[in-house]
Amino acid sequence: MEARVITVTSGKGGVGKTTLTANLGVALAMLGQRVVTIDADVGLRNLDVMLGLENRIVYDLVDVIEGRCRLRQALVRHKQLSELFLLPAAQTRDKSAVQPDDMLGICDELRGQQDIILIDSPAGIEQGFRYAVAPADEVLVVTNPEVPAVRDADRVIGLIEAEDKGPARLVVNRLKPALVQRGEMLSIPDVVELLAVELIGIVPDDQAVLIAANRGQPLALSRNSSLASQSFHNIARRLMGKDVPFLTLHEPSVFERLFGFMSAGRG
Amino acid sequence: MNSDKITIKGISKGLLVTLREDSWSAGLRALETHLGANPAFFRGGRVALDVGAQDLSISDIEEARTLLVRHEVELWAVVSTNSFTEAAAQELGLVIDLRPPRPRAPEATFEGAALPSEEPLADGLVVRRTLRSGQSLRHPGHIVIVGDVNPGAEVVAGGDIVVWGRVRGVVHAGALGDGGAVVCALDLAPMQLRIANHIARSPEGRQQRPEPEMASVRDGKIVAVPWYSGE
Repeated sequence: MEARVITVTSGKGGVGKTTLTANLGVALAMLGQRVVTIDADVGLRNLDVMLGLENRIVYDLVDVIEGRCRLRQALVRHKQLSELFLLPAAQTRDKSAVQPDDMLGICDELRGQQDIILIDSPAGIEQGFRYAVAPADEVLVVTNPEVPAVRDADRVIGLIEAEDKGPARLVVNRLKPALVQRGEMLSIPDVVELLAVELIGIVPDDQAVLIAANRGQPLALSRNSSLASQSFHNIARRLMGKDVPFLTLHEPSVFERLFGFMSAGRG
Repeated sequence: MNSDKITIKGISKGLLVTLREDSWSAGLRALETHLGANPAFFRGGRVALDVGAQDLSISDIEEARTLLVRHEVELWAVVSTNSFTEAAAQELGLVIDLRPPRPRAPEATFEGAALPSEEPLADGLVVRRTLRSGQSLRHPGHIVIVGDVNPGAEVVAGGDIVVWGRVRGVVHAGALGDGGAVVCALDLAPMQLRIANHIARSPEGRQQRPEPEMASVRDGKIVAVPWYSGE
């Protein structure tokens, strides 16, 4: 079967593209998919750290493009998941070392051997974004429920539509349910109304995500450890075409606690 | 203004300015008057000049280009029936044939995004999509949008702007100076609303249920009036 190429992008930096890519890669591999994650952020690589593979890199994306090694030699296998690979970015080069055609070539070579190719796009809308999106069959746009991040997501969705890669699907990352309830954060309906694209995931704000990334052990490796981990697994299952209901993320109110309404719909 | 001697219309890839003055210098003066009178409409745009049968040198065309650049407008084409003028324009790297490779109806500019299938009429343009942040739509006639105008998007029309959807970005009606132009939307809460040379912002902290409104200039101010059925 031909692999699907899925690019994760956002426009704004720091909203959680790399975190999502790492955790989705893990979750998809745990579903039995053969997954290659590609770090397209040449010059600012991070995905290797989050996956805990930093010390296993021998060759990188630019080495493949410039013919210093074969593609297979540059792929780093994950420590626990034998069907999860990383194609790391070069750290000593910059984005001008990669052209859209290079990414098309690499993805075409991988398509026959893999099920899913996940590309972690750099922030911005310049060269790095362009080559990361060029080979994509599908695009996931990550945003936070904050006005600047949503504005940038809107811009990026417009560019993706213009490149005929649409319709992009949306992941809202770092939702703080308590703030939404107090009306101090954009709610999911606010974000979806503005962006008008399909929502494929909501990830609650959780320090455990960050701590896990620092350790190089993506949170999704322990499936039921937290709501955030579950939400990554749910996105993976939705990508596989499963109809998975969204998690109930809000803190139950005193009223709900009293009457036990919280038991409805958790999970 | 010599409105009969200088005409402006929307074509594919920008605006087409037709100069029919008796002399080149008079034509440039007319163009300058137009650019100075409607800076918001032209700024950041691309212009093709139709100069008819006038015989122009490279420096004549350079002069027009300098004038346009000064108003932040790019000259990309010169159309003429005079072969010397055409040669001079080509020498400057300008396009001299506006016909697209395949026959298509003329379109308005759509910066920041590929053109969807719109079917503009002579003075009206219907766009059936949402304009997202960073996208800009300019047309010398009226503009009808079936979709939203998101924050960060920009719509500039010489005539009216009608939006069947939400307006959250910047809209400018009557941008060529028509103070009688109107802006209508199902939910009108733009970042900024301009009509001719008037500017207004939406009231802060508006949280009511959205209702259809029409904005126009009354007594020198932009006023938005809600639309109720049955009135």
